[in-house]
Amino acid sequence: MSFLQARLRSPEQFAAMQQKLRLRRESNERYVAICGDTGCAAWGSKNIRAVFQEKLDNLGVKEIAIRFTGCLGLCEYGPIVVVFPGEIFYQRVKEDDVEEILRETFLKGKVIQRLLYEDPLSDKKYVRASEIPFYRGQKRLLLGKHWKIDPVRIEDYLAIGGYSAAVEAFSGLDREQIIEEVKKSRLRGRGGAGFPAGLKWQECYETPADKKYIICNADEGDPGAFMDRSILEGNPHSILEGLLVGGYAVGAEEGLIYVRAEYPTAVEKLKLAISQAEELGLLGDNILDTGFHFKVSLSIGAGAFVCGETSALVASVEGRVGEPRQKPPHLAENGLWGKPTVINNAETLANVPLIFRLGSEGYGRIGTENSRGTKIFSLVGKVNNTGLVEVPLGMTLREIIFDIGGGIKEGKKFKAVQTGGPSGGCLPESLLDLPTDYEDLNASGSMMGSGGMIVMDEDTCMVDVARYFLRFLKDESCGKCFSCREGIGRMLELIDDICEGTGSPGHLEFLQEVARAVKDSTMCGLGQTSVNPVLSTIRYFEDEYRAHIEESRCPAGVCKDLIRFEIDKELCNGCGACLKSCPAEAIEGERKKPHGILDWKCTRCGICLETCAQGAVLKK
Amino acid sequence: MINFTLNGLDVAVEKGFTLLEAAKFYGIELPTLCYNEALSPYGACRLCLVEVGIPGRSRLVSSCTYPAGEGLYVRTHSNRVIETRKLLIEMYLATCPGSKTIQDLASKYHVTRVRFKQKHEECILCGLCIRMCREQMQAKAIGFVERGGFRRISTPFEKKSEECRLCGGCMYICPACQARCQGPQEKSAVCNACLNLSPPCLERFDEMMCYMDPCVACEQNSRGEKSER
Repeated sequence: MSFLQARLRSPEQFAAMQQKLRLRRESNERYVAICGDTGCAAWGSKNIRAVFQEKLDNLGVKEIAIRFTGCLGLCEYGPIVVVFPGEIFYQRVKEDDVEEILRETFLKGKVIQRLLYEDPLSDKKYVRASEIPFYRGQKRLLLGKHWKIDPVRIEDYLAIGGYSAAVEAFSGLDREQIIEEVKKSRLRGRGGAGFPAGLKWQECYETPADKKYIICNADEGDPGAFMDRSILEGNPHSILEGLLVGGYAVGAEEGLIYVRAEYPTAVEKLKLAISQAEELGLLGDNILDTGFHFKVSLSIGAGAFVCGETSALVASVEGRVGEPRQKPPHLAENGLWGKPTVINNAETLANVPLIFRLGSEGYGRIGTENSRGTKIFSLVGKVNNTGLVEVPLGMTLREIIFDIGGGIKEGKKFKAVQTGGPSGGCLPESLLDLPTDYEDLNASGSMMGSGGMIVMDEDTCMVDVARYFLRFLKDESCGKCFSCREGIGRMLELIDDICEGTGSPGHLEFLQEVARAVKDSTMCGLGQTSVNPVLSTIRYFEDEYRAHIEESRCPAGVCKDLIRFEIDKELCNGCGACLKSCPAEAIEGERKKPHGILDWKCTRCGICLETCAQGAVLKK
Repeated sequence: MINFTLNGLDVAVEKGFTLLEAAKFYGIELPTLCYNEALSPYGACRLCLVEVGIPGRSRLVSSCTYPAGEGLYVRTHSNRVIETRKLLIEMYLATCPGSKTIQDLASKYHVTRVRFKQKHEECILCGLCIRMCREQMQAKAIGFVERGGFRRISTPFEKKSEECRLCGGCMYICPACQARCQGPQEKSAVCNACLNLSPPCLERFDEMMCYMDPCVACEQNSRGEKSER
């Protein structure tokens, strides 16, 4: 790797080096990609890498490379190992399988049937990753790169054309041209609000100032969402490249990545990526002798959800309490340290190099009229294939959940999907054909958000779901606005009443009145959207609220105060399994005789229901 | 000068005016709790809401923090504003009923019922005391601690503050404790209610009393004795 050590001094040198790397890469495509992201790491992929390394060392094989990659998507089936060439997809690989993979697949070119992915719906086995229904339906422009690169090796990223967009930008293009290109691509912010990225850049570019900043917002905090993290950990250089292009376009010489402290791996990978790019001369003073200076630093957030709001983020970077402030003045006029600042979401920045590679027109052909490009969703909940999915914007919820996600777990019935994180809304079955673009989701009372997608089945109580998200938001509100701090708590109070069966007929209307007031009167997005879980569940699942209030009944059988467990005396054979397992000691009865539940002791945990082999425990 | 529309009138104010200042200038009264002319605006109480934008595409903003902008269409007393403001006052009443300022606001804006569960908190976290301490007294002895429902006002590390000069500015400006004065009653000319005043900070600072020792308002020291001032 001698040619990587030298600092690059001109765009020509860069192009030559990239060419060399590309050719070297093309001449040897034998490698194994082991998913190293959280899901697979929890399944033990680190050990698998170690075993691979050990076996390869023992065999003395040098030409097979190991790439410990970012998230490969199908987290449910980890650890995932993909063998190249051939893109042979092995799932749930164990340490003992490693030797077989090396011997059979690498040396003999045979596919190991046992490790292949089997579709739960059709029982069909798939060899190539791209044939698997989960991947087939997707358009993995960003995530697809994760297969090809090890995030700790800059040469992997360079070999697939990395940094060429940035070099092209500051060695040949005007700032206006770049902004025009991004505007033409109609790239919209992937953080949630969907503001056109090109316009944002233009505003900042047009504000005269001696110093400007560009910030990457990687403060991803939605429960169950890890889109940004997967890019940060799987392809950190793509974010640096996006920052470089954006920084050059708006005239900033300093970039900053605001990443949360709860993402230690992402922080580590970003630090490494920055130092690698600096060594190569792709960051720093006078980059490639073009006269453009740009340095990138990290700012570690302390884990406040509200710091994802741009003005709170700026306050946090400056060392103040992370609290939003009224806009205007917008950050393009008065941002970090009072200077014009542009803040883009990590996924937005990762899209920027793509626009240059595909051209704004090519990029614009993906997606719908107003929502262009692809979006990564974190598909979680009661769906068969949980994981990260990247699809063209505008794909319907049905396609994402049923075609890619493989439908609902255990053959249960679909009830709702929650999009947009805690501040998003719950959409019912009747809206499954809704396209996932910014406008349609907003009009339905939910939102795009950063891309969380939580699928819920028939066993979910929608009132309880609203309660869950309100609890989250109550803790995460900064507490500045009275309407948000107190309003969320008051909404929660009302919902608690409903869940406990003490709601009065007026509760529902009052709840809506409070929600509308909180939405209208709060300063920042957190408070304004905090009512979405409430309003959307009332809008689509009003019956369920009414059942709680009017009949003191929880149709899904979730709200503990409204359910009761009973033992059917005829079915019970007195085995005593429930008696032993009951943590509240609420079950009594003699052996071989029907048991009974003491209602006043019962905590409604439901363990007896799960334990009973006779099906004698009934939930009412 | 900045030209815009305020409640249907074409108005002009100097650059740098906020909407609240502009409304005041034109004689339109807006309720506030966290605003004071001598301090920087904060936008926490949300009572000074106004509707900005043409109907159908409008939003509510706090007028104390929103700069007057060329061509804005502002309404201070639209239905949406009034309804929202009334609900906020109802929520204030349900949270801190002990403040005379809030009770007065309720009467003034015809809030006659409270549908929420009644709480009895003292502090509304408007932040006036913090800004008073920082901006006028230059002491920076107190600040917000924690966030969301746990937010409160305290000294750094919740220790007795070395920075505090016992000026009492924080209490002077507090809409919750300052306004407890009921004024002289009909039967006697002397009110003396202040002698019995116990500021809200008492409970919270328990052991160390408050960051003022002895406290200017209650004139008690940390041992709970009346000082001889």
